[in-house]
Order: sequence, then C-alpha cells, then structure tokens
Amino acid sequence: MGRASTNADSLKHSLPKAQTGIEGLDQITGGGLPRGRPTLICGSAGSGKTLFGIEFLVRGATQFGEPGVFLAFEETAEELAQNVRSLGFDLERLVEEQKLAVDYVHVERSEIEEAGEYDLSALFIRLGHAIDSIGAKRVVLDTLETLFGGLSDTAVLRAELRRLFRWLKDKGVSAIITGERGDGTLTRQGLEEYVSDCVILLDHRVNDQLSTRRLRIVKYRGTAHGTNEYPFLIDENGISVLPITSMGLQHQVSAERVSTGVARLDTMLGGAGVYRGSSVLVTGTAGTGKTSLAAYFADATCRRGERCLYFSFEESPSQLVRNMRSVGLDLEPWIKKKLLTFHATRPDAYGLEMHLAMLHKLVNRLEPHCVVIDPITTFANVSSSKDAESMLIRLIDFLKSRQITAFFTSLTHGGNALEQSGSGISSIIDTWLLLRDIELGGERNRGLYVLKSRGMAHSNQIREFLLTAHGIELSDVYVGPEGVLTGSMRLAQEARERAVAMTRQQEIERRQREIDRKRRSVEAQTAALHGQFEAEQEELMRLIAQEQASADVLRTERGRMAASRQADNPGDGKSAIPLRDTGGRK
Amino acid sequence: MTAKKTVPPTLQELAATKTGDPDMWELRLYVAGKTAKSQAAQENLKKLCEENLPGKYRIEVVDLLVYPQLAKGDQIIAIPTLVRKLPEPIRKVIGDLSNAERTLVGLQLRSTRS
Repeated sequence: MGRASTNADSLKHSLPKAQTGIEGLDQITGGGLPRGRPTLICGSAGSGKTLFGIEFLVRGATQFGEPGVFLAFEETAEELAQNVRSLGFDLERLVEEQKLAVDYVHVERSEIEEAGEYDLSALFIRLGHAIDSIGAKRVVLDTLETLFGGLSDTAVLRAELRRLFRWLKDKGVSAIITGERGDGTLTRQGLEEYVSDCVILLDHRVNDQLSTRRLRIVKYRGTAHGTNEYPFLIDENGISVLPITSMGLQHQVSAERVSTGVARLDTMLGGAGVYRGSSVLVTGTAGTGKTSLAAYFADATCRRGERCLYFSFEESPSQLVRNMRSVGLDLEPWIKKKLLTFHATRPDAYGLEMHLAMLHKLVNRLEPHCVVIDPITTFANVSSSKDAESMLIRLIDFLKSRQITAFFTSLTHGGNALEQSGSGISSIIDTWLLLRDIELGGERNRGLYVLKSRGMAHSNQIREFLLTAHGIELSDVYVGPEGVLTGSMRLAQEARERAVAMTRQQEIERRQREIDRKRRSVEAQTAALHGQFEAEQEELMRLIAQEQASADVLRTERGRMAASRQADNPGDGKSAIPLRDTGGRK
Repeated sequence: MTAKKTVPPTLQELAATKTGDPDMWELRLYVAGKTAKSQAAQENLKKLCEENLPGKYRIEVVDLLVYPQLAKGDQIIAIPTLVRKLPEPIRKVIGDLSNAERTLVGLQLRSTRS
C-alpha cells in the first residue's frame, strides 16, 4: 500500500494527521484525518456514517493506541455493540479495557420543557468527563443533528455547536461529526458551516437495482486530496475505500518476460511470451477458448511458483477445474498449494465499484503475481459501458503499478466487429490476442491472431487454435491458392496434397522401374543374341571342321587312287586342283 | 427509557431524600458552577415550589463541575436542567426557569393545580 498516491510524501509535512486505519482512506487523504480537529462525515441514511465513526475509533484504539469516545445520539451502547459485532468489532471488550467509552445521549422533545435561558454545558461536561476518564484522543459525535429535533431554540443550538467545535479543537481531539444529508446541502442543519477543516461525503446509490457506495472528500483544508468519488465497501472487515485513481503513467516497467503457458503462443510473441506487469487481453466470441487460454496462463504462473488470482464471473471454481481437465489441465494441485486462488462471483452480485473494491482488496491481501479476470465484459453488463471502461482503466493502472501481469478475457458478440474489445479498453492493453471462429466447410474452427503486442516483434500470422485432450495446440493454417483453410478443410487439403505428392512419387518410382525393366530387357536381348551367335558360331565351326575332314579324306582317296593307277605324279599326294566336295558327306 | 436513580454515595443530602413519601416531590436541579443562570434557576425554582408545593418538595442541586459523572444517568445535556424524579414519570425542564408558566407546565403543575 501507499504506492498509489505519489503526492503522499510531500503532504506529510503539511498537517498532522490521525490515521484512520480504514483501508484505502489514509492513502487518498495522504495520511488520515486532520489530527486534533473535527471532521464532518455526511451522507444519507444507511450510507455508513456510524460505521465509519466506529471504525475510526476501533482502529484508533487497537492499532494506534488512541482511545476514543463515541457519543451516540441515535443508538444505545448495546445496540451499537450489536450492530458492529458482525464486523469483528468487540466494543464491550474495548470499553472494559478502557480504550473506548460509549455514551448514549438521549434527547426526547416530549420529555423536555424549555423555560428560560440555557446552554449545552452539560453535554460538554459529559463529553469532557468521558474523554478524561480514558484519556481519549478521538471522539465521534453521531449525530449532533438529533439535538435539533430535541431542542427548539436553534439560535442557542447553533451558538453552542460553534462553541462545541471550538472546544473540541482546544481539547486537541481528532473528532468525527456525522450529519444527515439534506436537500441540496451537505447536512440538514448546515453543520458544514462549523466544520471547516475536512468534510467527507458518503453516498449510497442504487442503479439498476445494484447498490454502490462511494466516498468523496468534499474538502480538506491544507491538504491536496483526491477529489474523485472513491468506491468503498463494507464487509466483514469493515470499510475499505478503493484508492484507485489514474496514476499518471509513471509506473516502473519490467523487461522480464513470462510465458503464456502455450509454447507456440510464446513463439508468436517474440519467442518469449509477454512482459511481466503488462496487460493481456483475449477477445473472442462465445466458445472460442478464452477461458482455456486464461487457465493455461494461470497454470503457467503457478508452474513458476508464483501466485495467481483468478476472478471468475461465469463459472464456479469447481466447474472450471473440471472443465479444464478436459483439455489436459489439472488446476487442483495449485489450489491446494495456495498458489491459485479463485474468486467467483456473479457479475450482478454487486455494483461495479464493489467488484473493483473486492478485487483491489484481494490483490492487496494475496499479492498475486498474475491476475486473471474472466471475463471483463461482465462489468459492462452491470453498469454503463463508460463506467466500466473507466473502472477497467483504473484497474489496469492499479495492477501495473504493482507489476502484476493481468490477463483479461473479453466476450465479443457475433454481431459486433471482431476487432472490438467490448469494453473500449483495447487502447490501453499491451498485448491483444484475438480468438475467432473460422467457419468453413460446414464447421467452426478457432483461429488465433496477435492483434498487437507492444514492445516485441510478434507474429502477424493466423494460427489454428486447437483444444485437444492434451492441451492447447497452435498449428499453422493452410494458406494456399484456395485461401486460409482450417479444421477438416485443412486436413482434407493436406490429405489432397499428400495424395498428389504420393501420386507423383509413385510415378517416379514407376518410371524408374521401367528403366530397370528396359535395361533388363536390353540385357536379355543382348544375352539372347550372344547365345544365338555362339550357337551359329559353333555350328559353323563344326561345318568347317567337317569340310576339312572331307577334304582330307578326298585327298587321301585321290592319292590312293593315283597310287593304284600308277600315276606319274606320286609327289606329295596333293592334287593341283582342289576338288570341291559336292555334298558327298559320309 | 427507564429513570435510573444514580445516587452518588458522597452526597449525603441525597441519601436523606429516600423517604418514600408518595406525596413528596423530588426535584433535582443540575447546574454547572455558580453562573448567573444557575443562581437564577435556583432562585426561580425555590420561589415556584414555595408557591405551588409548600412543604411537599425536596430540591437537590447537583453541580456537574463537581460530579460530571451524574450527567449521564439523568441524560442531562443542557444547563440548567430541572428533573422531576418523583412523582413519576420523569419530567425535565431546561433553562433558568425564568418563564414560570412553562416551568409549571413542564412539571405538570399547571394542569393539576391551576
């Protein structure tokens, strides 16, 4: 705490302050209410004035060692004690411990007759006695206006009130005076005339059946204070004021990157995920997987051993945990380890400011590293979209100032333009992811784009966003001459391409086989020719040998015949004229 | 509310008033110091009682500067305040009682003893 108002430090010197201990109030007042002076708390019936006073005293007594006196004009001490017991304030114990004195002042006109001059010294004496008896430093008067109902001499009353405030200042007590809101004036009896130091207005408005409590510092002399209306809530811990303002864009930024829980998405975001302390918005129509993405983000946070606060406005924690199991995510262990905290409420459970205050409170208590709000669009349902926008801006500023990475989901409706965040906050978001339906070939598939991501090179491509039993998968979409294809169309297209490729491969193989075959046939032919040749050669050789044999026989025969005829040419037996064998084989 | 009889033990004269006489008027006048208004109230009260309740009244004067704790019991906010403790119910008249008429009305003496 204390980081919200940058001017708080410079204010410390200006005026002594009495810390209220009321969550958030000390921040917007720069340290509390003016010490030793009266403060006027005004508001209509039921706006929380009495509780404000009680908490001022109880916190003073228990946290700051300053006992207090409660002068009640409307309720008895017993009634008061009962009323605030539910908020954890034990007035009776404080009274016993001498840290608190409650005096019920009963003024009943019908019991009182006025006969002559009087003053309110007795009230001063009572108050003074109560203050002195416990050494009180704080006083609450709730509410002085009852005196106007009980006494008729308003001239005396006004003079006495003036004297009372002077007297309170002299006593040096930090006082709260409550006053009922009047018509067009802050208080019915114009108490603001007397209390010039600090005036705080409490407001309880009901819009569209949703109540919102707001607090505004009307004036605070000597202190630069926020003039905005600050929402506050009353719950089991008393009052908490929401000191969310626009913070002037001076927060420190981190260069550290954190994973989104989906590896491929990290790749799309410059390969390292989003910056710590930045804000991530996921928009998409119903059923595009925003919550799953958010759950993966939460899971990644817990995996790093960091705390994650998950605000679920549509699903109960157990339903969410069950549903996430179907996409391969078990959040249960993180809940058990107290790393993951769910806060599930219906958006119309209370007004916008109450939601914001609740959020703020939980963030303060749990100090998470990441906050998931699923979805932010519900806020627009419970109030005007302008209010929702201003609230979200304040929320984002608040989270950024704490270096908390914020992950918002936003539901866009089918009729709207897709690039619309639904809450008009897109311009202050750092990383904007768009999930959209791609309707093609009779089916819906999910596509994911990175619309913007400040400070990093990010992918400009669409990815198909698949929710499978083992998690989120991002796959490339088919981008071809026939456009972007997803889902079964992509699968079909891929199959077609595979078929084409296969055919081509088969063709190649077929051709190769043909070559082989041809080669083999050529070789076979060659072998056959060779064989034929050899056969012919063999035959020819055999004929040649036969011829030669015949010729030899003939020559031998002729020689024998010549010899038998006693030829004169016995010679060598060779005939001068070779005789042709005319086929006389054998 | 119920009228609590906050009787401080130190005030002996108050203890003496516990007579239980049903006709007795017990009146208590709260003042704060010896101011002009206090004096006037005491004198006016005495005079009225002598005229209207001779011998049937008892007046205690309580100085809240001395006994501030007594203011709470009788729900005193104004000074001077006259409280009719008896007869019941409790009645209060605030002011210096200079307006005798209104004082008598306040003490319900006007309607009964006019």
